[in-house]
Amino acid sequence: MAEGAPILRIENLTKVFGKLRAVNDVSLDIVDGEFFTIVGPSGSGKTTLLRMLAGLEKPNAGDVLLRGNRVNDVPANKRPTCMVFQSLALFNHRTVGQNIEFALKMRGVSRAARRERCEELMKVVRLPQEFYAKGVTKCSGGERQRVALARALASDPDIMFFDEPLSAIDYQLRKLLEVELKDLHRETGKTFVYITHSLEEAMVMSDRIGIMQAGRLIQIGTPDEIYTKPLNKFVSEFMGEVNTLPVQVGSDGKFDCADLGSQFLGPQTDNGIQSGYLVIRPESMRFLNDPSEADNHVKGSLFNEYAMGSRVQYHVRAGNQMLVIEKLREMAFRGSINDDVMIGWDVKDSVLVSD
Amino acid sequence: MASTLDAPTPPPLPQPTWLQSLGQWLRQPGFISASPVLIFFLIGFVGPLVIVLGFSFLPERTFGFHGDWTVDNYVHILSESYWIPFVWSFGLATATVACCLLISYPVSYGLARIFGRWAAPVMLLLVIPLFVSENVRLFGWYLVLLKGGGILAGSTQALFGFDTGTLLYSPGTILMGMVYVYLPYTLFPTTLGLSLVPRDQMDAASDLGANRWQIFREVELPIAMPGILIGSLLTFVLAVGAISEAKLLGGANIVVVAHAILHEFTYAQNWPLGSAISMFAIAITGILVIFIMRRLDLDRLLGRK
Repeated sequence: MAEGAPILRIENLTKVFGKLRAVNDVSLDIVDGEFFTIVGPSGSGKTTLLRMLAGLEKPNAGDVLLRGNRVNDVPANKRPTCMVFQSLALFNHRTVGQNIEFALKMRGVSRAARRERCEELMKVVRLPQEFYAKGVTKCSGGERQRVALARALASDPDIMFFDEPLSAIDYQLRKLLEVELKDLHRETGKTFVYITHSLEEAMVMSDRIGIMQAGRLIQIGTPDEIYTKPLNKFVSEFMGEVNTLPVQVGSDGKFDCADLGSQFLGPQTDNGIQSGYLVIRPESMRFLNDPSEADNHVKGSLFNEYAMGSRVQYHVRAGNQMLVIEKLREMAFRGSINDDVMIGWDVKDSVLVSD
Repeated sequence: MASTLDAPTPPPLPQPTWLQSLGQWLRQPGFISASPVLIFFLIGFVGPLVIVLGFSFLPERTFGFHGDWTVDNYVHILSESYWIPFVWSFGLATATVACCLLISYPVSYGLARIFGRWAAPVMLLLVIPLFVSENVRLFGWYLVLLKGGGILAGSTQALFGFDTGTLLYSPGTILMGMVYVYLPYTLFPTTLGLSLVPRDQMDAASDLGANRWQIFREVELPIAMPGILIGSLLTFVLAVGAISEAKLLGGANIVVVAHAILHEFTYAQNWPLGSAISMFAIAITGILVIFIMRRLDLDRLLGRK
């Protein structure tokens, strides 16, 4: 998906609020038709970036190019883009139908044509037709999401922006809507630019992901690249629980871990990192009976275990580190709290990242 | 547990009589704690109103409840020139509301959206005059606008040798006085209404292609409307009953309803006619208030929904 003409090009975009550089020199190409997700913790500037792309905020420096045309000074109402807000920003004093038809009404589309388009959109987002005259305040959370989605789709925008629309929704519905959103992306073929603080959510839906930290876009890649080759400790920890062991690269090519007082075999480094973190995913860790069963091993004691449905998670204390191991439920480790255990991993399952 | 299924259905509870229901209702803590206020209002507000209503149906210059019931007083209002004060009062009140809205909206917009941390000091400046009696403030205007030695006329005469003549005793001056006095009653509810308009709904409207005017018409105005209506209503009701503005700034030229009532009860010693004018004014204002209040959602304005 990465090849093709960029529909949206961002060049050195910067936004300053007082002393804070909310968005700091961000450059990015978004390809026509892709699902691009920007992930970052709250306060990383992702919403500000999106608002600049939608035309709701003016950049202090840099350019936004839409199909090659500079649109910095084009106001939001004149851009062929639409946004689904975090709060959804539905017009509570209007009905479902009036909300969805809003963009068409603003463009002077006739009542009959609006109604027709609205019914079509309600089918696309799976809203029952009898909701047309219902007040939006009387709709449930999921229904309101669908109204917001249909409303943004109404004017047939080139790009759809999403500002964490699923953050306030309970887990089950969120999972359902994630899938529906990805299906909608496939059906409409539009460019989706999505913002979330959950890398898990981004992984499910996106063609490419950009990670944002303190106003900067620090890594861009496919979900697989981000997952397997995180740029640094921040990115690797963002993905959920991982083991990060602080290490120094020794002269013999081995990794010294002062915290655990042991040496590990690690991946070949071509990036010249001398000190950093060895990242091992919980599912790559396993319990050992003998050190020879894995490339690396650590001794510790079982601190606790947590049932997580299809998986079981174990915390093992080793030195001053708490290591996390995950097993499928049917392959659960039979041990009790405070047992001395040996755990290990293979070199191929570890990544060295900078701080 | 199965045995309970076979148990005979209990006999229906006896329905309470209306007297029992009333007794239950009167024993509620809410009613008991509200009763002192209720009694006070019955004696101090509803009572006098009923007396005034009674007087309005008595013959001319009656001072006690004897004599034959008649509707002559109401006929008098319409057939003689007593309707003129109504035209003045309601006309001036309508004009006051219109002027207050025109001034309030931009100021409210600033207070709710633009002034930021300056909103509180600006608000304070607008509130401070309310601590001074309305009559004193209006008398201040009287001194400013007075002919010859007035502050305005005197100053222009001394500085530019230009005679303003008198600016008092005209409907325009009364209107200015009323707008000056009642502006806060429009301004604050309007500000409250406008501050209820969520920023992101305005952003969303803009993002969906609405220009500034469309945002105003489709989002801002409908959401702020309860506040604007309450402000207008408050101003209107107060302005209909206004008397000092017309007396101080309008002299004897313009007689408003409150002035006419005062005149009938005191100088003319015609209580029944005064009562009839009062009831007439209350009826018109009441109908208007009920009509507007029905369209209002107070809960939403107070943020309970």
